[in-house]
Amino acid sequence: MSDAIIIRPLGFGDRLSDVLWRRPNLLIGLMLAAPVLWLGVVYVGSLVALLVQSFFSIDEFTGLINRQFTLKTYRELFTSPANLDIILRTVLTAACVTIASAMIAFPIAYYAARYARGRWKALFYLGVMLPLWSSYLVKIYAWKLILAKEGILSWLLDKLYLNWLLEAYLSLPLLGGNSLSVSYTGTFIVFVYVWMPFMILPIQAALERVPSSMLDASSDLGAHPAQTFRHVLLPLALPGVVAGSIFTFSLTLGDYIIPQIIGSSRLFIGQAVYAHQGTAGNIPLAAAFTVVPIVIMGFYLWMAKRQGAFDAL
Amino acid sequence: MRSDLQNRAPLGLKIAAAAGLLFLHLPILLIFVYAFTTEDKSYQWPPPGFTLKWLGVTWNRPDVWEALWLSVKVATISTIIALVLGTLCAAAVARTKFFGRETISLLVILPIALPGIITGISLRSAFNLMDIPFSVWTIVLGHATFCVVVVYNNAVARFRRTSASLIEASMDLGANGFQTLRHVVLPNIATAMLAGGMLAFALSFDEVIVTTFTAGQQATLPIWMLEELVRPRQRPVTNVVAMVVVLVTLLPILAAHYFTRDGDNPAGHGK
Repeated sequence: MSDAIIIRPLGFGDRLSDVLWRRPNLLIGLMLAAPVLWLGVVYVGSLVALLVQSFFSIDEFTGLINRQFTLKTYRELFTSPANLDIILRTVLTAACVTIASAMIAFPIAYYAARYARGRWKALFYLGVMLPLWSSYLVKIYAWKLILAKEGILSWLLDKLYLNWLLEAYLSLPLLGGNSLSVSYTGTFIVFVYVWMPFMILPIQAALERVPSSMLDASSDLGAHPAQTFRHVLLPLALPGVVAGSIFTFSLTLGDYIIPQIIGSSRLFIGQAVYAHQGTAGNIPLAAAFTVVPIVIMGFYLWMAKRQGAFDAL
Repeated sequence: MRSDLQNRAPLGLKIAAAAGLLFLHLPILLIFVYAFTTEDKSYQWPPPGFTLKWLGVTWNRPDVWEALWLSVKVATISTIIALVLGTLCAAAVARTKFFGRETISLLVILPIALPGIITGISLRSAFNLMDIPFSVWTIVLGHATFCVVVVYNNAVARFRRTSASLIEASMDLGANGFQTLRHVVLPNIATAMLAGGMLAFALSFDEVIVTTFTAGQQATLPIWMLEELVRPRQRPVTNVVAMVVVLVTLLPILAAHYFTRDGDNPAGHGK
């Protein structure tokens, strides 16, 4: 057995890997250098540059950007009623979309976590993943087809003799419009459709950690299913709901394509940003507008962290 | 008796879950019907008739091919960059505890946690400030940035599940770091990288929000579709393109699922 040990000469690769083995920090530094440089320079760099520009202002007469520190742009953002209106509308919509998504996602997640087994579980997973990953624009396009005046929804209601219901709904002041595809309701439906799948998997992950013995115990102690839901299941699933809501809320907050294609002409934050940086060329105001979602999301993430939502991701 | 009752879902829950899933799937199925309609002026339902004509018309459209080619090019380059950056980052974060580890994972997640429009406009204004002309590379710069997180998530999960003793065993048996990487680490994480790469490709192939800011006059396939959505000119061609896009994104997702399906028990986990 003694001749089993063969000593071979050390090559460059061996020596280099010895050095890296002895100095783990050097190895980590080398591994992190490329990603950190990329994300730091490309992403954080341009983000900071953008934020800096929000403290510049635009000269109303020449349309040129005045590169001096000022809070004028922020004053313009927060004093103009039109801008406040846009911010309020976007935040309220994001909140409604989040609540509706949670309500639709919960039963799917609950069924998948508690009752689906084996093949059904895999099927449920794919059933959630496929719509989540399929093309964003195609999903919007599909709803344009559905909500159009001559589309499938009108046809269906016509067959059910419920057209009067749609007419009555469309004549409502804020929610209605000429047809669903140019109404505020249409925007809301598409937002829910596109972002809801992001809610299902975090809720499912949280629900899977709830031991079923707890639910049994609750009902053994005489709780009605509704009471069990209210006092046992919901509090335990809440971190998952909050984790999912990060996605639905953030994605709704920054979207500008859905309200542009399906919706009334009332602007959302994303559209305002797009308009100000594009045709108007008012980069400072556009930059100041983007600070609003950043601050809201920062606050939201901080709250979510306190709720323990990141463990549910 | 009791457990029997417990294992059957209440009817209300079944209906709610099924309705939710139908809500997710029916609109996408509708796309497949519209791709074959004979109606070319409106979104009329039910379709007056069915035809295969529009498949041929779309096939002969050079603008669609150009957009498709640009999308594939951008998605391929972005995926390769994201694979390298994401795997390196995951390897560093998963295995060791070091100062600023949390910051690194935040840095990776940030491009996807903040709304895409913020990434888009900050890149656009940075290009403006530095006088960088729009090109394939400006699109790639944006795409690779948010694709890193997908690769990172897949790779980090796999690194955490693979046992560290495998690497030590390889070293004990006389392999150097590079041989260990080649024969032990890479085979273990290969499927996770493949899955991450597939998802990154699908993400980039479909991305439109950041791309509108970084593309300039170039049209990727999503940009082409966006223009058609805003100002519909050729509805039948759009219908066909929409169907193709659904099919093209479907395959990487199914493949990624297939590759990570057994991810819970990779080698070296039998403790």
